[in-house]
Amino acid sequence: MSYTLEGASGAWEVVIGLEVHAQVTSQAKLFSGAATEFGAEPNSQVSFIDAGFPGMLPVINRECVAQAVRTGLGLNAQINLWSRFDRKNYFYADLPQGYQISQYQYPVVGQGVIEIQLGDGSTKQIGITRLHLEQDAGKSLHDQHPSKSFIDLNRSGVALMEIVSEPDMRSPEEAGAYLTKLRQILRYLGTCDGNMEQGSLRADVNVSVRRPGEGFRTRCEVKNVNSIRFVMQAVEAEARRQIEVWEDGGEVVQETRLFDTQRGVTRSMRSKEDAHDYRYFPDPDLPPLVLEQAWVDGLKAALPELPDARRARYVGDFGLTPYDAHVLTLEKETAAFYEAVAKGRDPKMAANWITGDFFAGLNRTGHGIGDSPVSAENLGGLLDLIKDGTLSGKLAKEVLEAMFETGKPPAVLVEERGLKQVTDTGAIEAVIEQVMAANAGKVEEYRSGKDKLFGFFVGQTMKAMQGKGNPALVNELLKKKLG
Amino acid sequence: MTSATDLTLAGARGALARREISAVELTRTFIGAVEALNPRLNAYITVTPDLALRQAEAADAALGRGEGRALTGIPLAIKDLFCTAGTRTTAASRILGNFVPPYESTVSGNLLRDGAVFLGKANLDEFAMGSSNATSAFGGVENPWKRRDAPEAVLVPGGSSGGSAAAVAARLALGATATDTGGSIRQPAAFCGIAGIKPTYGRCSRFGVVAFASSLDQAGPVARTVEDCAILLGSMAGFDPKDSTSADMPVPDFAAACARGVKGLRIGIPREYRLDGMPAEIEALWRQGMDWLKAEGAELVDISLPHTRYALPTYYIVAPAEASSNLARYDGVRFGLREDGEDLRDLYERTRAAGFGDEVKRRILIGTYVLSAGYYDAYYVKAQQVRTLIKRDFDQAWERVDAILTPATPSAAFGRDDKQDDPVAMYLNDVFTVTANLAGIPGLSVPAGLDAKGLPLGLQVLGRPFDEETVFAVGAALERAAGFDAVPAVRAGA
Repeated sequence: MSYTLEGASGAWEVVIGLEVHAQVTSQAKLFSGAATEFGAEPNSQVSFIDAGFPGMLPVINRECVAQAVRTGLGLNAQINLWSRFDRKNYFYADLPQGYQISQYQYPVVGQGVIEIQLGDGSTKQIGITRLHLEQDAGKSLHDQHPSKSFIDLNRSGVALMEIVSEPDMRSPEEAGAYLTKLRQILRYLGTCDGNMEQGSLRADVNVSVRRPGEGFRTRCEVKNVNSIRFVMQAVEAEARRQIEVWEDGGEVVQETRLFDTQRGVTRSMRSKEDAHDYRYFPDPDLPPLVLEQAWVDGLKAALPELPDARRARYVGDFGLTPYDAHVLTLEKETAAFYEAVAKGRDPKMAANWITGDFFAGLNRTGHGIGDSPVSAENLGGLLDLIKDGTLSGKLAKEVLEAMFETGKPPAVLVEERGLKQVTDTGAIEAVIEQVMAANAGKVEEYRSGKDKLFGFFVGQTMKAMQGKGNPALVNELLKKKLG
Repeated sequence: MTSATDLTLAGARGALARREISAVELTRTFIGAVEALNPRLNAYITVTPDLALRQAEAADAALGRGEGRALTGIPLAIKDLFCTAGTRTTAASRILGNFVPPYESTVSGNLLRDGAVFLGKANLDEFAMGSSNATSAFGGVENPWKRRDAPEAVLVPGGSSGGSAAAVAARLALGATATDTGGSIRQPAAFCGIAGIKPTYGRCSRFGVVAFASSLDQAGPVARTVEDCAILLGSMAGFDPKDSTSADMPVPDFAAACARGVKGLRIGIPREYRLDGMPAEIEALWRQGMDWLKAEGAELVDISLPHTRYALPTYYIVAPAEASSNLARYDGVRFGLREDGEDLRDLYERTRAAGFGDEVKRRILIGTYVLSAGYYDAYYVKAQQVRTLIKRDFDQAWERVDAILTPATPSAAFGRDDKQDDPVAMYLNDVFTVTANLAGIPGLSVPAGLDAKGLPLGLQVLGRPFDEETVFAVGAALERAAGFDAVPAVRAGA
């Protein structure tokens, strides 16, 4: 069932393409040796190159190129062995050189494709148009002084990858799934931290609407959306606005818009008429970027396992459901945690515990996988205690809760709290006898054919044992005693 | 002994090594000469006598320890386009204000490494844009040469390295750094009766040199002899990882190449350089140069460089295009001049209106125009295609010849008031020199004679990329044959 929006005059299809700016994870900037750490004192990570001083020249950072190539490989894309840097000329106070060095005509990465996972379990291929390297600009701060603007050049010159998709998405969900998948791939590769709150991943969302079966209509670009949720909201808000324009007999004009997250609407930023003429031309300070195939091959050979391959392995080798495999591979850290727990244990059991009680525990205590009070080692230890019969499933849940509160290993908690399962048949028999004596009437009823009462005796026995009786033994001994 | 200011750089180096003169004495002599003549010639924008004396003292100490290097104690002028740490660098523009770079250009740093003494920063056309030094925000430079028929007339020294050339010609420095984007080393050298070489693109680092047109700019020396240029270039040149267009090539012994001679060399004479309306004296000097080389055992070969006539228009598209982008950073926000405004746009407009002179504005406008949407293909892309053809003309020539001989300029130095109201006539000064910038090849200007009015004329030697050695060999042979010993009217010790 494809996604459409219902207008006054019928159904409309939404067409979405994304331009994502991903900050390259690197020690130094794209063309200077200045550091790139987030949150440093303003203007503390600025070289004379980044500040556009006279006579300063850019020199390409090899690692940034490697990161772009790794990303291209992760997007199943063509790597262009010959690419070029151009200057994009415009004046702004936080653009010290008066131009941004970017790859306009010849990007380092060409066409690729990624597969996105949708809520109904289906998948879809989304085309990648290109990926190119470019410099970030600085930051203008307009709220520091009543009449002046302040400029922070820490970000000036930081390497960005602009990743452009084909207009292949047809719903907010698909746009969200695309961005989720892209971020997942970047994080697996270690080429971008994907941190949208810190601005290291930003999306420009291109939206248009059309009648099903029609060609493309005019699109608008919603700039700088900084969360997956907002991308999904912006798509719908912008699509609804355009539908209204068309249905009112108007014409959607190509323009750049901003998403107002407070009011959930998009607002015009600038129209095509006052668009800049960027006067792109090849940067004469930089020779073309020429890569050797052997170097690219070396990067390819050293790539980490990517989410799709890992998910397939979890389904194929571990017998997980596609859904569990998807959930466990969403974040690289989760997958690593899972593999540490599953190692040498039942992989399905490990998956069930992680996606069930463990995730619930993280949620409840407000932790993430990175700062989980329960280590993979301790969760594994808990599974071992279930396996060897020390703990019942019910007791194990109790122990896990205590682990979230204290961070202690399960064996220690079992010892401290006497949560150990009772497997001593004599002790269990003694309790059963007391239960039977106290409920002589029910015993009669049971023996005269009321089988349903068996559960009552299990419950009473377990209750008397404070839940510590080994369930299998309790069952077995009850059957024998009740006859 | 003649005045110390009359020494060649090589001669001064010998005198310093033999301790016939100390670096401090030599430097004091030059400081005195600068004090006496610079108020008139305006060859220096900034003089740094205290710094020079400190450097000279250090040079004497080094010489005393037997640790002299290629230029230890040699007083030089530095074109004010090279950033010098702690010394104001202006590019002859108001827009840089009192900008004092906290860093040293690689080329000037190489000279300091080799022990040079910096007398000051030489005048130039604003941002190196001009052929007469008239566009400097610090006033024009007077050519120390005088016309016999009008000794009072002030002549231009050429440009853009007019201050460098005038300082060397008037004996206000033993040599100077210069830069050449379309002829800015070779034309002023010819106008001032001295030698100057624009080396192969990539030979000298552009790091720390205020950019005019990045794909054409190249630093080089001017000095009174070809050998002095060779010595200076040997220090200035070399691979620099801070400049991505710098060539990772060894620096040969350029000075040794000056003594090679030209026997057996094939010298190309390009027919396209014979211009209609070229003064007969230029033509005659060119023929004289051919005869000299032939007499020294070279073989003359007629060659064709068919795209030469397109070089000047191509240059005046490529250079302004790059300049319009390179000069965008002078915006009043971070350094240099700032003229406050109502808002950011107003600040830009006021700052750039007040900071740039007419010629710079003209080239920014031309460059912005040729890069604009709708014009880019017709101008910039076309110019790049023609540039490739010009380069190919030379590549084909190198299959037949080892070097090329041409006149350096289409005329001798002209009066300060001539041509100033006609930018296109001014641009024609570069007609013989721009091709080398477009093709990236080395070009040397050698003083070879005087015209009827007593003004110096130069010959130009062009060579293969990174074959400055042959260029020096041919240039030195011309210099020996010409025996050029005329001196300008205005000079130290005169």
